[in-house]
Amino acid sequence: MRNAFATEMTELANSQPELVLLSGDIGNKLFDRFKEIDVRRFFNCGVAEANMMGVAAGLALSGMRPVVYTITPFTTTRCFEQIRVDVCYHHAPVVIVGTGSGLSYAELGPTHHSLEDMAILRTLPGMRVIAPCDATELRLALRAALKEDGPVYIRIGKKGEPPMHQETPDFRIGRAIVLRSGKDVVLLAAGTIMSEVVEAADRLAAMGISAEVVSFHTVKPLDTDFLAQANDRFRLLVTVEEHGCIGGLGAAVAEWRADQDATTPMLRFGTPDEFMHEVGTQDYARTKFGLRADAIVSRITARLERG
Amino acid sequence: MFIPSSQASTQRADIAALEMRARQLRYRIVVTSHRSGTPHLGSCLSCVDILVAAYFSVLKLDPHAPRGLDRDRFILSKGHAAPALFQVLAMRGFYPEAMLEHYGEDGGVFAEHPPTPDQLPGIEAATGSLGHGLPIGLGFALAGRIQARDYRVMALLSDGECNEGSVWEAALLAGAQRTRNLCAIVDFNKWQATSRSEETMALSPLADKWRAFGWRAIEIDGHDMAALIEAMQPAPVEDERPTAIVAHTVKGKGVSFMEDDNNWHYRIPTADEVTLAGRELGVL
Repeated sequence: MRNAFATEMTELANSQPELVLLSGDIGNKLFDRFKEIDVRRFFNCGVAEANMMGVAAGLALSGMRPVVYTITPFTTTRCFEQIRVDVCYHHAPVVIVGTGSGLSYAELGPTHHSLEDMAILRTLPGMRVIAPCDATELRLALRAALKEDGPVYIRIGKKGEPPMHQETPDFRIGRAIVLRSGKDVVLLAAGTIMSEVVEAADRLAAMGISAEVVSFHTVKPLDTDFLAQANDRFRLLVTVEEHGCIGGLGAAVAEWRADQDATTPMLRFGTPDEFMHEVGTQDYARTKFGLRADAIVSRITARLERG
Repeated sequence: MFIPSSQASTQRADIAALEMRARQLRYRIVVTSHRSGTPHLGSCLSCVDILVAAYFSVLKLDPHAPRGLDRDRFILSKGHAAPALFQVLAMRGFYPEAMLEHYGEDGGVFAEHPPTPDQLPGIEAATGSLGHGLPIGLGFALAGRIQARDYRVMALLSDGECNEGSVWEAALLAGAQRTRNLCAIVDFNKWQATSRSEETMALSPLADKWRAFGWRAIEIDGHDMAALIEAMQPAPVEDERPTAIVAHTVKGKGVSFMEDDNNWHYRIPTADEVTLAGRELGVL
């Protein structure tokens, strides 16, 4: 995904003279082609994320379109106040990109995990929160974000995520994308966990359960039109995210559900209220937190049996 | 340098006029604090001369085009001195002075910190949380370079604000980027909210710190109008470094019973104290 980000940024640099890229000292060689196009619009801001975010706000308030890029915890929790005050309070059109989101960097330990980024950024007025499920969605999300008049946060994976879209979808911020239609349960997924969700849908189909698979890439603003009709059409609403259960997609949908007095049963998949203290790969971490396809299937079937 | 006597006397007259504005502004700030119960009087009074030098002599501004693309940008990074900035912007013509009669009213725009530029003309950035103005100003300065505009950016910081790590993050990047269109001014009044700034964090030697970060640093008396104006002039063209002006000031400057008394970080003056201040400032 990060290669797709670099490729898309390079293409956009040609067509958008106001585009500026700020990196927090990561992406070695990743942005060489961007720099070849216009080195004046690339800044390695060093390992100083609070300043980087303030600089981005200053650039945006001066008519530039900055994209801030570093590892997710450092571009979200590390500089949250700068995002709140410099970016959101000014409604500055800064695009914040976090790479290695969720458990992508499981091996690096909890300092590099990001399981609360969507929760905290969702609280900020005017902020849009997007978790694309694959490289195609990421490229479309970036283009869409640069057309917004205010701040956008995009959380992406690392590299090698499998493609989920066979064709280029109609991507709009705040509009869910149906990957596969179904009629019994609806699986709303945010981000790269989509590969597990598609596999879960396959297994459910083999068991005679028809699951609709939806890329719910925009966690804020929620696609409430989709939720309203999904609430009428399905026996069970399921949310899946590689993010804490507190404050992410599942929480956002639950808030909507409470406000609407919606009664369709709901099941949330996310990480629990804990740090992962042992070492492990992303797959190990997903297994530990019940985010693999088999765990998703078993909780869904158990819930459906309960009626 | 030889200065023809007529020019020297004109300059003296200009300086005197600016000093008169500073006295009027100090009085208005004291009156408004009393009327609206707005604190941070000491912090406001220490930076009035800096604001006057910037807004009435140095900055390239058009109050009728507050968003003009080539304007100089001034950020009050020590946002708690907003009561001073609000008075200065009104006197400079960004909005009618009569607007300030509604200072502190519910639903209004004037309070303890600068609002966003969308809320009030003349404001470049909403501040109040310390350590934000210099990074934003650096963003302004870098944008000016990309867009090939020759505007300058000034950010006014407090000495207490220099406790914030983000100030030094910005100083490092500005030093590396050699943003000569960026100027940081530190209102070095030797106090922060609850203690002497030097006892709280090891600020000294402050000018040398900026130099060590790749800045050109100038130390001046922050109440000397002529020195302020001179220090705020653009650096020589061959010097690409950003500029830091360490302005030595007195908290509560201009009113004897407020000077260097940190109680006036939060205290609100009584009606009698307002009258006394007005007499001392020579405006009553």
